[in-house]
Formats: sequence, C-alpha cells, structure tokens
Amino acid sequence: MKSIKIKADNLNVYYGEKQALFDVSMYMEEKQVTALIGPSGCGKSTFIRCLNRMNDVIDICKVQGKIEIDGNDIYAPDMQVEQLRERVGMVFQKPNPFPKSIFENVAYGPRIHGIAEHKSDLEEIVVNSLKKAALFDEVKDRLNDAGTGLSGGQQQRLCIARAISVNPDIILMDEPCSALDPIATARIEELMGELKTEYTIIIVTHSMQQAARVSSRTGFFHLGKLVEVDKTETIFSNPSDQRTQDYITGRFG
Amino acid sequence: MGFILISLMILIGIASYFLGNLRAKNLRTSNQKNLKSLSHYYGYYVALWAVVPALLILLMITSFKSFFIEQYVLSDFIALGSYTETELSLLFTQIENTALGIKLFDENTILINGAVNKLNYINKTSENLTYVTVLGLSGLLVLYSLFNINNKLNSRKIVEKFLLVLYFTCSLVAIMTTVGIIFSLLYETLRFFSQVPITDFLFGLNWSPQRVFVREAGDLDTRDLANAFGAVPLFAGTFLIALIAMCVSVPVGLLTAIYMSEYASPKVRDWAKPIIEILAGIPTVVYGFFAALTVAPLVRDIGQGAGLTVSSESALAAGFVMGIMIIPFISSLSDDVIKSVPQSLREGSYAMGATKRETIVKVLLPAALPGIVGSFLLAVSRAIGETMIVVMAAGLNAKLTANPLDAATTITTQIVVILIGDQEFDSPKTQSAFALGLTLFVVTLALNFIALQVVKKYTERYD
Repeated sequence: MKSIKIKADNLNVYYGEKQALFDVSMYMEEKQVTALIGPSGCGKSTFIRCLNRMNDVIDICKVQGKIEIDGNDIYAPDMQVEQLRERVGMVFQKPNPFPKSIFENVAYGPRIHGIAEHKSDLEEIVVNSLKKAALFDEVKDRLNDAGTGLSGGQQQRLCIARAISVNPDIILMDEPCSALDPIATARIEELMGELKTEYTIIIVTHSMQQAARVSSRTGFFHLGKLVEVDKTETIFSNPSDQRTQDYITGRFG
Repeated sequence: MGFILISLMILIGIASYFLGNLRAKNLRTSNQKNLKSLSHYYGYYVALWAVVPALLILLMITSFKSFFIEQYVLSDFIALGSYTETELSLLFTQIENTALGIKLFDENTILINGAVNKLNYINKTSENLTYVTVLGLSGLLVLYSLFNINNKLNSRKIVEKFLLVLYFTCSLVAIMTTVGIIFSLLYETLRFFSQVPITDFLFGLNWSPQRVFVREAGDLDTRDLANAFGAVPLFAGTFLIALIAMCVSVPVGLLTAIYMSEYASPKVRDWAKPIIEILAGIPTVVYGFFAALTVAPLVRDIGQGAGLTVSSESALAAGFVMGIMIIPFISSLSDDVIKSVPQSLREGSYAMGATKRETIVKVLLPAALPGIVGSFLLAVSRAIGETMIVVMAAGLNAKLTANPLDAATTITTQIVVILIGDQEFDSPKTQSAFALGLTLFVVTLALNFIALQVVKKYTERYD
C-alpha cells in the first residue's frame, strides 16, 4: 500500500442552487496516476478543480466537506490559496500558454514565487522543466519565440513544463489530451509515465483507454456521484457496480 | 411641383406593384403558365420599371433645367455681348426677383421686363414638360413591363440584381463623399501653397493670418505672407493639449477598464458602464463651457495660490477637460479588450499560484496591450480633432509655448477662427484653413490607420 497523498471526505459542491457533487469521498496515492472517468457533466472536472481550489474563481460555487493534502485541510481559513496552488499544479483541457516567449512561460511561476535568486538559477529551472516535459530538444534554439507559436501538442507540454517549474507535489490534468491528435496524445501519456516517479498525478479523461493505459487507480463518476473507485484493472475487468459495467462496455456515455 | 410629382410617382409605384402581382396571378390561373417566380416578385418588377427610370429622368431634368432656363432668359443680354459672366448671373437674380414682384429700377427695364415674361413662360412650359415626360415614361414602362411578364421572365433574379445595384450605389455615396472632400481639400491647399511656400507653412514659427486680412488680396507683400502662416505654434499647441488630455485619460481610463473587467461585480458593471459611456455622449460644447467657466478659473486660482502666473485661458484647463471627455473611449475599448483575453489564460495564471494583481499585470495587460494601445491611438486622434473645448477654454492666441499654464491654440481652433464670418475665397487666409484641415486629416488618418493595424494584429492572436 502506497502512502495517501490526497484525501477527500464527504465533498459536496454547489453552483448556485444546483448541486454538482454529492458526498464524494476518495483518496489518491502518492507518486501514482489516478484517473477520473465518466460521461460529460458528471462532476469529474468539478472534483479536480476542488483540489487546487480553482473553483474559488467562480463566485457562485460553494464547497462543503473536507479535502486534506498530506493531512492538512486545504479549505482551512489559514490556508494560503497561492501557496496551495504552488504545490498543486494544473494542466488544462485546452493548451493555454501565455502570450509570452517559451522561456517566459516557464519562468512565470518561479518569478512570482521568488524561487530563483539569480538569473542563472532561473535559466536552470527553465531548462530542467522543459527537459522533464520532454520539450527541451524541440525548442532549445528558440526559447525566445512566442509560446503560442508552437503546435498543439508542444503547447500542452509547455504547459506541463510551466506547471512543474515551481516543483509541485501534485499535478492535476483536466482532460489534457482532448484537444490533441493521437501522436501528441501518445507523447503526453509517455510523459505521464516518467513524471509519476516524482509527482502525484490526477488525470480527468474522457478516454477509457487512456485511463487504462496510464493510471494505477481509477474513479468512475456519474451524475455528480462517485460510483466506484478501485484499482484500474479491477474497474475495467471486474467492476462491482452495474453502472460502471455499462459505461466501460460503452452502453452509455 | 416637386412634392406633387413625387407623390404621384409613389402612387404609381404602389399601383403598378398590385398590377404586376395581379397579372402574374391571372396568368398563373388562366393559362396554367408556369411562371418562374412568385407573383409578388412580378409586382416588384413592374413597380421598379414604373419608378426607377422615371426618377432618374426627373433627376437629370432638374439638374440641367436651371442652366437651360438661364441661357434662354438671358439670350437677349448675351446677344448684346457686353456682360461678363458675373454680371449675367447678377442680372438673372434680378430678373427672378422682378418676377416675384420685387421691383428694382434699372436702365434696362424694357429688356428686363421682356426677360421676366420669358422666365414666366419657360417656367410654366418646363414644369408641364417635366410632368408629361416623367409620368409618360412611367406609364409606358408599366405597360411594357406588364406585357413582358411571361414564363421565361425570372423577375426574382431581376429584383435581386436591382438590389445589388442599389447597395452598391449607396456604398458609393459614402466613398465618393470622402474622395470629394479629399480632392477639394487638396485643391484649395495647393492654391494656398502656390502663394505661401510649403516650407514656410510647415516650419514657420509665427502664425498671424490677420496680417493678411488687413490688405486687399492684390497688393500682398511676399514678406507678409512668409511671416503670417507659420503653423508650428498650432502644431505645438495641438500636441501640448492632446498630451495633457492623454495624461489625464490614459491612467484614469485604463484603471477604470481594469476595475470594470476584473473587479466589478456584474451588478456594479451593469449600472456603472452606461454612466461612463454617457460621458462620450455629452456634446463637446457643454464640456467647452464647463472648461471655460469652471475648470479654467479653478486652475488659475490654484496656480496663483501657488505663486505661478496662470493666464485665465490655459492649455491645462482645456487639456484636462478634454482628457475627461475621452476617458470613455479608452475605458470602454480597453475594457472590451481585457475582457476578451481568454478565461483560460486567467485560470492558467491562477493555477500557478498568482494573485489577481499579478495575473492582471503580468498576463492580462501584456496580452491585451496591442488592443489597449489601439484605444490610446483612437483617443489621441479624437483629442487632436477636438475643437469646441479648445475654442472656449484655451484661447485663440497662437503663441509658441510648452508651458501648460499659458494660453495655447490648436489647428482646429484656428480653422474656426479663420472661417467665422464672411470670407473671400481667393484670400490666402481662407485657403490656409484648407491647408490646416488637410494637415489635420493626414495626421488623424495616420493615427487611425496605425490604431486599426494594431487592433487587427491583436485580434489574430488567439486563433
């Protein structure tokens, strides 16, 4: 049994009057990939956005329940949301590099958190992050070109490099491959396999095959409820809930 | 007569629509003819034939009529050969007045009385002729088009084609107007530069066109001309006041835009934004007396309190009020631009642990910068073209100064000053207004062009 990194307890989330998550409780293991699957609108993205409190940005969103990272309640009043997000990085569905140079995109986090003291430190962080994101070789001669000029897959790897530049513990990935072609997708999946040696990764995905390929545990969401969470092999070979069975065999969703 | 004729034309148009419609329906039912279009398209078809050519003819008649009438009425005087062009046109006015019953005694009374009779006769005849031509043409074409309706005629297509021509003509009106204005500006400006060297105008330091005004156009000295039309003080004044205006409007407008797009709740934005935009709707003349009666004395009092000499009309007062006026241009455009930065960039920045301020300063503003610069440029061109506020609050004195507490004047103000009252059109003083206008036009055009290019570059960014 691996040690538990994140633990959610009876999580309820409301958008105004509408309840989006019902009593979700699950844990995620350290330095493992946990996949969240389910049909559109099932609450998996809402759940992942609770883990770095991105839902705070939405005025009408209300979160009840408890989420602990390394045993600390992240919704505690004394929790600094900026520091939380420094530890919990996020990669979005659509690649969203800033309209800056490749270098500046990766240097953004270290700059705002004051991680690098000297220019040489910053350069080292940028190069290392790009290397870890398997992008460095493709862009090493044009670090000053616009990040938005890269291809979709490269942009997404740039966003991964940006996320790991502040050396987080956890990386949240919200359908990171849904805007990419199969080759770029394969590269990102390969990258996840390398990254999980250092980081705890939570990935939301529409693709069951992707969940099966990359994750060690998988949670299935349906209509705002966590239907089942278990080892990935178990979910895909011998699910205990009929709804999971129906979803993975393609009867709905 | 115009009113009656136009009303008749409208009636004919409506009637012929129904005629065409009816005939198409009859053809359809009686002969089982397979018409290509719906019946009402034949109505439009007939109505177009009834109205459009007749209106064109009417337009031609009215535009050439007066010339022929004048030639005919004045034929006796022209035959005498002793009148110049100007005298002839004066004579014609006199004849017209006599015909209206305003009698002036003149040595040519007999000739004039004869001409008056001719005028009355020709007016009557031409009116009748116009009626006959226009209505006759209209009627003939209605008949022609009615009999033209058959199963080979696709009136739907013809109507579409006519509309195409109509749209094209309408857009041509705007284009031709612009071209016409540019050419008249150019023409007068070239006439001005034939008297005053262009270098004197562009680089001269002394603007006092009234020096030319005191003499007859004929006996002007070239030295007078050389020293009267140096436009540098006007350029300097214009840019000084525009600069002050931008110093006021850029920070206020930009911060307003940031507040509106990033901080204000939807509720606040819903009532605050329209109020700010009302600023743009206030007539500039209102700003003008606000500047002249409230701000300028205030500036003077404060300045004097601080021991400075401030003239009662100051560039600072005018620039300040102008700055207030252009705030909404900057705030509302920049607001739109900042808001149109994709939400994903905001989230990307927040997800890195950035605060709201860091996100705005480091991500949103750089991303929106070209659009924001575009809004600045549009505001500048607005400031440079603004007239009323400066006329009322900054004075008319063309003094070359960089002191914002001094009176200053701008290009637009001087154009107003030059063209107020009666003007001789061949005087270089009047023509200098066209040269100033052209300069202003070129500057604002260039600014607008740059602004549009910058904004365009911005919009291509997130595709």
